[in-house]
Amino acid sequence: MLEVSVIGLGLVLMLADLFVPAERRRFIGYAAIVALGVLLVTSLSGNGSCGQFGTAFGGMFVNDALSLFFKQLFIVAAILVLFMAAEFSDKLAAGSVSEYYSLILFALAGMLFAASSNDFTMLFVSIELITITFYILVSFQRSKLQSLEAGVKYLILGALSSSFMVFGIALIWGTTGELNFTKLAAVAPQFEISRIFLLGVLLVLVGLGFKIAAFPFQIWAPDVYQGAPTPTTAFLAVGSKAAGFVLLLRVLFTAVPSVTAHWANLLIVISAITILYGNLCAIPQRNLKRLLGYSSIAHAGYLLLGVAALSASGQSALMYYLAGYVFTVMAGFFVITLVMRHLATEDISGLAGLNQRSPLLAATLTIAMVSLAGIPPLAGFFGKFLLLKAVIEAGQTTGNHGYYCLAFTALAGVIISLYYYFGVIRAIYWSKEPTDLSPITLSSPAKFSICVCIAGIFWLGLFPNTVLNLANQAAAVFVK
Amino acid sequence: MSILTYIAGWPLLAALALIVVPRNYRVIIRAIAVLATLISAVLAVKMFAQFVPGANGFQFEQQIPWVESLGISYHVGVDGLNVGLILMGAIVAFAAALCSWEIQTREKEFYILLLVMTGGILGAFASLDLFFFYFLHELALVPTFIMIGVWGRGEKKNYATFQITLYLSIGALIALIGLIALYLQSGANTFDIPKIIEHAKTNPLAVNAQNFIFPLLLFGFGILVSLWPFHSWAPLGYGVAPSPTAMLHAGVLKKFGLYGLIRIALPLLPQAAQSWAHVIAWLCVGNILYVGWVAMRQRDLNLLIGNSSVAHMGFIFLGIASLNLIGVTGAVLIMIAHGFLAALTFALSGYIYKQTGTLQISELGGLCRKLPFIGTVLLMAAMAGCGLPGFANFVGEATVFFGAWKMFPAVTIIALWGALVIGGIYMTRAIRNVLHGPLPEKWNSLSDANLWRKLPYALLLASLLVFGFLPKLLTEKINPDAQKIVAMVTGNVIAASETSAPAVNFVAQNK
Repeated sequence: MLEVSVIGLGLVLMLADLFVPAERRRFIGYAAIVALGVLLVTSLSGNGSCGQFGTAFGGMFVNDALSLFFKQLFIVAAILVLFMAAEFSDKLAAGSVSEYYSLILFALAGMLFAASSNDFTMLFVSIELITITFYILVSFQRSKLQSLEAGVKYLILGALSSSFMVFGIALIWGTTGELNFTKLAAVAPQFEISRIFLLGVLLVLVGLGFKIAAFPFQIWAPDVYQGAPTPTTAFLAVGSKAAGFVLLLRVLFTAVPSVTAHWANLLIVISAITILYGNLCAIPQRNLKRLLGYSSIAHAGYLLLGVAALSASGQSALMYYLAGYVFTVMAGFFVITLVMRHLATEDISGLAGLNQRSPLLAATLTIAMVSLAGIPPLAGFFGKFLLLKAVIEAGQTTGNHGYYCLAFTALAGVIISLYYYFGVIRAIYWSKEPTDLSPITLSSPAKFSICVCIAGIFWLGLFPNTVLNLANQAAAVFVK
Repeated sequence: MSILTYIAGWPLLAALALIVVPRNYRVIIRAIAVLATLISAVLAVKMFAQFVPGANGFQFEQQIPWVESLGISYHVGVDGLNVGLILMGAIVAFAAALCSWEIQTREKEFYILLLVMTGGILGAFASLDLFFFYFLHELALVPTFIMIGVWGRGEKKNYATFQITLYLSIGALIALIGLIALYLQSGANTFDIPKIIEHAKTNPLAVNAQNFIFPLLLFGFGILVSLWPFHSWAPLGYGVAPSPTAMLHAGVLKKFGLYGLIRIALPLLPQAAQSWAHVIAWLCVGNILYVGWVAMRQRDLNLLIGNSSVAHMGFIFLGIASLNLIGVTGAVLIMIAHGFLAALTFALSGYIYKQTGTLQISELGGLCRKLPFIGTVLLMAAMAGCGLPGFANFVGEATVFFGAWKMFPAVTIIALWGALVIGGIYMTRAIRNVLHGPLPEKWNSLSDANLWRKLPYALLLASLLVFGFLPKLLTEKINPDAQKIVAMVTGNVIAASETSAPAVNFVAQNK
């Protein structure tokens, strides 16, 4: 089974730590990448256990097109993060990098479980596995105050949201006596009038809202993004957020679809405010990681468009957008890792003259920003197009005018975001006096992974067919 | 492969090729850009010559499925409405590449953006798929912002870049919502424009949906075309833009919104178009009269040209609003004529700016003595701008007035006044102050364009004259397809065909 192999791999890495001398531990990461690559290929070819759809552990664990889509997404993200961590290893405490690698793999295992969870117990366990690993990953640079501060913030708010979630699960179980999503869906309509049941569902959503950094649970994101080591931030932005979304989809559309149907307006409002909050707050930011933190809030808002649409096309649009988001955000953070590792600050001005220092990195960051802004022919454009289409479609089929307002809010968000994304591009190419013009040397694995990211962004923007079909199949899971 | 794919594809391919050319090979970079646009232009002329007027359906068609699950395909083809626009776009792009010698910093990036813009525009006009139609336009639009922001001139550069980016992004996105709503509402489950139109013939869109979508398209496209009162980005944006960018945007890219209205909004949303026609007609009075008056007050040659180009958009909107064959044919004629004219005037003002470093009309004067060629061409362009017979603009404007008279006599009178009197005043005044009168001492060192640099101006002027004297080249192509559009709007084929005769006769008499 995929999850077991990943956990096993993590344990092997920890053991390997004992036998490999400190200066060569960076290469353990490449071994892990190869192993994950093998797992990805087997899952893609459908030969592994992933290919067989069905449930296990009394219906707690489900393997379907949806879980497969997300698992592939998580593995790709983890591979890219491992590459990034290998580049980042010299900023971590001596020799601790293999610990870092294995923590990434444990977080990955949690995400894989999340993709397959079909039961509130499973949901909670997988969320905790992810979150607790991230507490350590965020505060991994023990000597850096900011990193510790970010770790404490994440710990406090994460623990709070987990407790909300547990409370919600308890209320749901207390009223209905069911924890399994499929069984719950059968009995949920009877409990729709029960306030306690609805409160329980709402509290679970609060916990998930924290994971995806949706308004009003987004406060932690900028601080943690800024303080955490860059590879952690990247994994947090992509993996943790995607795990939150897959669980959100499962809870809303498998466990309590009858309740969700009444909550369209709530989702519309949350999505709209998240988009506006993220984009507006990103405008004055000077710290690149903090800017991406706010932009990730905005993107959580865009992704919520797909949830709020309450339709199969919305769900598949969400998944498509996430796939594009993985490559785009990874590309962005990769450049930050490589450029900023020798600088004390992460200020945007540090990018000055990047096009002379390393044209490849400059082009990569530009492509990432342009894709995040949603400009053709890149992945971000097609994703936003699908999300907008889903929202307008929902407006036309339900006659709810809130959807049109949401579509216009999303447009306002896109226009606002042009300002700060182009600000980053301007800093790269047209800053007044670049102070440091020393060329940046790139290791060949770094070059390789950057090229993978760029290829992914263009591939999803120009040839959307394959991934869109996968996303459509995955979304078909909810149509019963 | 359709010839259209090559017309739009060569510039894009050349842009890709330029990425690997080292930046200090300036001559090679320039040569690649000029060559790629030349190939497009030659292919466009060939396509225009081979086009069979009045043939049923689209010509030079090509269709490749792209995303089957959504019904998106790469589908290009031409009929009478876009064949002239593509020809005009390709010629203007070639002229713009020739005029790009004035760019002397970061040439490589400039030419890459210029080529992407060219490929995007030509592709958007050729596209018969809603998605690609929008996608390619957006691909052409974004380089415009970057070019103005980086290579723009003057103190107001940042403000103008900010304004144009904001306005045009909003316009494009509003239009996107309209297009998506149209796709969903049509129920045809395809982005293919001919298929949607075919589907709509049997299942017309509900009137309340039409009334919801039409304003989105009208104002979305309207912002892109600088429809009054959403025009304020245009004069300032063109004022600071480097002249090749201004040529391509004002000449070609801006016509995208108008083309979208004719190609998509009119046939698919006929009832809404009829009820909104009056609004369009009165808004275009704003363009013609108000912006014309603003143009009279300008002290800067580029701002004057920018405002006059906005004013000209009013005539096109009037032609579209008249919803009859003569009006729509005239609108397409002006779109083509104005494309050549706007490109020509911005290229000329760019030349003068490069030579003198200023475009303040009060500082110029007597330039015709030092710049006989440029001066003469500017004079002729100004005459074309006030609608003098012999230039393509006259044919278009006269046709529009004939078409609009039946629907909106009051607006037509105002528009005539605007075209003949206001246009005449500001154009002749600018000519007198810039070209005639005493030559200030400081301009004694100016030199006229050499043979090579005369080429783009000569090319654009020749195009204006060719279509001015032989409008039949265009009208015989536009007429049959404009008739189909008008028939779909009015639902009355016979009435449309009867009115077609005077336009052609009138045009023939004026040769």
